[in-house]
Amino acid sequence: MTQDSKPTPVLDVRGLQTVFHDAKGAWPAVDGIDLALYPGEVLGLVGESGSGKSVAGFSIMGLIDPPGEIIAGEVLFRGEDLRAKSEEELRRIRGIALAMIFQNPLSTLNPVLRIGEQMTEVLSEHGHDDPEAAQRLAVESLRKVGIPAPEERIYQYPHELSGGMRQRVAIAIALLGDPAVIIADEPTTALDVTIQGQIIAELQKLQADSGAGMIWISHDLGVVAELADHIAVMYAGNIVEMGPTDAVLDHPRHPYTLGLLASVPGDADPGAPLRQVPGNAPPLSRRPLGCPFHPRCEFASDICRREMPPRATDDVGRSYLCHHPVSQRAAP
Amino acid sequence: MLLYTLQRLLQSVAVLFAVSIAVFLAVYSVGNPVDLLINPEATQAERAAMISKMGLDRPVWAQYLTFLGNALQGDMGVSFVHGIPALELIFSRMPATFELVVLALLLASVVGIPIGLWVGLRDGSRGARAVMTGSILGYSIPSFWKGMVLILVFAVWLNWLPASGRGDTVSLLGVPFSFLTLDGLSHLAMPVINLAIPNLALMIRLTAAGASEAVHQDYVLFARAKGVRSKRIVRRHILRNILIPIITVLGVEFGALIAFSTITETVFAWPGMGKLLITSIYQLDRPVVVAYVMLITFIFVVVNLLVDFAYAALDPRVKLVESM
Repeated sequence: MTQDSKPTPVLDVRGLQTVFHDAKGAWPAVDGIDLALYPGEVLGLVGESGSGKSVAGFSIMGLIDPPGEIIAGEVLFRGEDLRAKSEEELRRIRGIALAMIFQNPLSTLNPVLRIGEQMTEVLSEHGHDDPEAAQRLAVESLRKVGIPAPEERIYQYPHELSGGMRQRVAIAIALLGDPAVIIADEPTTALDVTIQGQIIAELQKLQADSGAGMIWISHDLGVVAELADHIAVMYAGNIVEMGPTDAVLDHPRHPYTLGLLASVPGDADPGAPLRQVPGNAPPLSRRPLGCPFHPRCEFASDICRREMPPRATDDVGRSYLCHHPVSQRAAP
Repeated sequence: MLLYTLQRLLQSVAVLFAVSIAVFLAVYSVGNPVDLLINPEATQAERAAMISKMGLDRPVWAQYLTFLGNALQGDMGVSFVHGIPALELIFSRMPATFELVVLALLLASVVGIPIGLWVGLRDGSRGARAVMTGSILGYSIPSFWKGMVLILVFAVWLNWLPASGRGDTVSLLGVPFSFLTLDGLSHLAMPVINLAIPNLALMIRLTAAGASEAVHQDYVLFARAKGVRSKRIVRRHILRNILIPIITVLGVEFGALIAFSTITETVFAWPGMGKLLITSIYQLDRPVVVAYVMLITFIFVVVNLLVDFAYAALDPRVKLVESM
């Protein structure tokens, strides 16, 4: 897919900033990110634990509770700023036009309500007032995600289904309203590897068929590499590198992306010690001055300790935040 | 399910048997009813005749076996004092206690659960903390003192409510009830409130704790991501989950209130079972005391069984399975 033929983005996030308050102040978990998602596209949002990728997903949904607060930026969904909307206007969009899939299928579904009710309530809460038609749509949606005997499943409770099946139910719920954007927050992390593969393939196919844009949040570069058209790499609340998947994976410009790629086991030589990015992501309250990655960066210099690097772009439609970008030749 | 019920009922027979031995021995050791029951001016021969008529001259184990044999046939003995069957005497007082307990628990849940939800969903706000602090007070103040303060304020100073008795009753299916007349309701008000306050506090705390925990669960966040209205999230998703512990506690409290409304009944001279128990203990009316304890045990067993059924109905993950 080339940059030129693209229509306007279905989701355009500009300068989004989400902080968490405590007694000592407000700490940015998402520190002014820009993202653009086009219809029918998958955007992989990658980062370590604590990088802010999930908070970014929930911020787009408008589901940030105190002590968290979205303090700046725009979330343009189909051209309208979601941040300017009232809670009730947002609610009407959520679940129908803008859907989300959570990480842990074992805790996402309400244990005491039947599958059918948890599905049809999405429709009934958005003005759909024909219970029988809603029931039919629920069954159809379950069938679409590959659940056998869906007519019986809607009368079952979550505990009667396996983890993989429950995640399929969650996906079926997300698809019910024929959403324009799906935010999938690590939807396969809690599953067995074999199930993971199935769910990824299934979701990919469903997303392609529906033409929805999807943000796939993951810490697993391998998974994202298979799925995504574009990749955004998050570190300490910032998107440090973003661009077309091939460009980012084959020729990363940010040292952090390079480090992440080198630590994917599949790419290492057998027997060779696995490379790691040294150290840990800094906690919210102890983000360093300057480039947040400098304490872990092998290329760090004085300027990295003083100044946040400006956003740079290159000719393949990639942008990055680095004073000393990795040269094209040095890439693996 | 049927097997489970049968098994539970068999267990309850064992419990009743054990309780019967304990209570029989306890009552036997408390004192000799003969001194209280027989006219002090009776002759020695008259005394002996009375004692043997009541069977009190026989050894304790023989008395127990006779009691057990009769009890198995549904005969719990005749009251020494009133001369009518002990069970009949207790049953005649039961509606008054039931009325008190049911209304108290109803009041506690109808008021307590919504307040608890309000507190739980506004965790940490000033109003919520004030309610939680107040609930500790409501739970801790002893009920005899609270009852006397109520009487002092509403009966003595303000003269709004009557201090004792049941007031006018209306017969419903042959059973007299107070809550159907205005006078009866005014008599009910203070004892019901007195009995309800600790349970109200309990309901508030239980609901608040459940709600503040449930509100942070993934399924609530997911329901919000699905665009479900917050009203429905509270009523359907949160309340449905926290109702499980609430029902359990309500069941246990029902049994406990039936058994221990004694203090409130005494303070407000409410002619219920609890008042009967206290009088019977003073008068060493053994058959009534034994029958009372057996009946309460039975009620507890039945209520617990009902709670288990409610549990299984509310939580689909719970299956009632008989143990091997």
